[in-house]
Amino acid sequence: MKRQVPLLITFFVGTLLIVSIFSPATENLGEEFSVFFDVIAVFAFFLGGGNLLRVHLTKISRKREDWVYSVVTLVGFIVMLWAGLFKIGNEGGIAASVTEESSLFGMVFYSVLIPLQSTMYSLLAFFIASASYRAFRAKNREATILLVAAFIILLGRTAFGTMLTSWMPPSLSLAEIPNLAIWIMNSPNLAGQRAIMIGIGLGVVSMSLRIILGVERTYLGDDGK
Amino acid sequence: MQYIRPTDGGRRSRLAFGFLSILIVFAALSAPVVAQDVVADTPADTTAVSHVPAPATSVVVDDYKYDFGDRLNLSWVPSIDDQIGERMVLGYIVYRSINGGEFKPLESLLPGASSFEDKDLHADSSYVYYVAAFSETDTVPSIHTQAHQPEREFIHFDLLWLFVIAALISFSVIYFIWMARAGKDLFVRKIAGLDAVDDAIGRATEMGRPILFIPGIQDMDDVQTIAGLTILGRVAKQIADYDTRIRMPVSRSLVMTAARETIKAAYQIAGRPDAYSDDMVNYVTDEQFGYVAAVDGIMVRERPATIFLLGAFFAESLILAETGNSVGAIQIAGTARPAQLPFFIAACDFTLIGEELFAASAYLSGEPKQLGSLKGQDVGKGIAMAVILIGVISVTLGKAFDIEIFNWIADALSTVFSKAGGS
Repeated sequence: MKRQVPLLITFFVGTLLIVSIFSPATENLGEEFSVFFDVIAVFAFFLGGGNLLRVHLTKISRKREDWVYSVVTLVGFIVMLWAGLFKIGNEGGIAASVTEESSLFGMVFYSVLIPLQSTMYSLLAFFIASASYRAFRAKNREATILLVAAFIILLGRTAFGTMLTSWMPPSLSLAEIPNLAIWIMNSPNLAGQRAIMIGIGLGVVSMSLRIILGVERTYLGDDGK
Repeated sequence: MQYIRPTDGGRRSRLAFGFLSILIVFAALSAPVVAQDVVADTPADTTAVSHVPAPATSVVVDDYKYDFGDRLNLSWVPSIDDQIGERMVLGYIVYRSINGGEFKPLESLLPGASSFEDKDLHADSSYVYYVAAFSETDTVPSIHTQAHQPEREFIHFDLLWLFVIAALISFSVIYFIWMARAGKDLFVRKIAGLDAVDDAIGRATEMGRPILFIPGIQDMDDVQTIAGLTILGRVAKQIADYDTRIRMPVSRSLVMTAARETIKAAYQIAGRPDAYSDDMVNYVTDEQFGYVAAVDGIMVRERPATIFLLGAFFAESLILAETGNSVGAIQIAGTARPAQLPFFIAACDFTLIGEELFAASAYLSGEPKQLGSLKGQDVGKGIAMAVILIGVISVTLGKAFDIEIFNWIADALSTVFSKAGGS
């Protein structure tokens, strides 16, 4: 029974949402169900916050390794919660928007959180360099093709690439590096991406059917055997 | 015969006549010029005085195709003063009367507007509209439309081809599941990334280090997260068998509760419920880069031997994968976001590309009925390949040699798939 009820709900809701696409009478059903999801997610947020508190309080109380980081996490969590709930420093008082820049919440959000997020994001530039170095080593035929294609695209997006082949006559314009780069992006690259997208679409259909029909039950903690 | 001598008065009269004649000639010569000025000035003077624009014309109300009787389409030809001249029309106001009641303004539209879609209507009411064009000083209404009642449609016939294609693929999936249940042996190609799962878990066991499982940063309403959790179920069972540790930081509360249930059940199936702990899964934050910072910290501090990155990933994909690579972990990644796949391929040992992520759970289960669904998926791929091939040949030959039959096939395929795509 513990497994059958969720399976029945999944079958009923899944089938209904598929049918709803083909009938104007039920075309908004998907959006309405997503509201249910949002409501559930709001309640689940309390679970998340509670878990965060529990995990870090345990770590601090038992003085586990790197417990100081947990203190920073908890202080950040509590200060933001306090500033947001009570609208500390809001010019418009408790009725004003929580994201007002003059408020403590807004100040911490815009002056601390956003710069920290930007810092994390900026790491991507360095990681792209290190990953490219590994990926573009011409170890075999495929990697060599990848290297050549990447080199043309990199060159084609720079002024130097344009300058290199600008002497070519108009009849050979396709061989100009910027045009080659555009061709690689629009033809082989796009064709590959579309093939992946078709596969993803079919994979989603297949997995959805497995879940709706109850063949796939792992998400319920049941291996179906 | 009496000769009448001209008198002085008569001379003066002749002089006056001559002078008048000259004036008349001058007047006659100058008259057209004056008249032209008057004609040229007249319209400008009229415009300066009156700001009354011409009304919108041909106002028509139509039923919205394929709705549930809750929409009507209103269209009109914009005022002539909105199209030429000084474009004195500043906009249009749509007025509506429900069931013969009073007309009320409904919507104000910008100049150049020629249609309006009225939503949230009732199929049992009738609606009359008119459109008023307004300038700085005046508002000019159009004639009223006929009373119109929205009609209900129960089937969206524009999506017929989508239904046919979806039904074909769905039936082939169900057919192969049924065939597999009946005991037919089905061939499924090897997926290297999934064959490596055993080795990856074994490696973590031998090294005595934890396994890190990252289910992406989306919630349970994303099919990639669900796919990640279905794989987690299989992986967690093996982890329980091998008595290895799993760490799973998540960025969504609902994913946390679902993942806990999945791991708990996997440990129960493995016969080791006592080894399960809620601490295996912990919530970090919903913020994308806050989550990345926390997971990177875990990777650097705990140095996991194996990392699974299975779910929906965005800009954080390479940051996570490169950090995992730097700590020497064996990494198995999978996502259905084509933009992130190159990053995973560059930084991870194995990558599940697109559909392989969704096939993973069925593949790892090894159950015939689950593998059957993968076979059905292959039928869909076969159809897609055949259609692409026929389409390419038809368009190429049709355009190159202007052969009618190929042009017809190309047009037919274009119609079918643009309708199936909902456009």
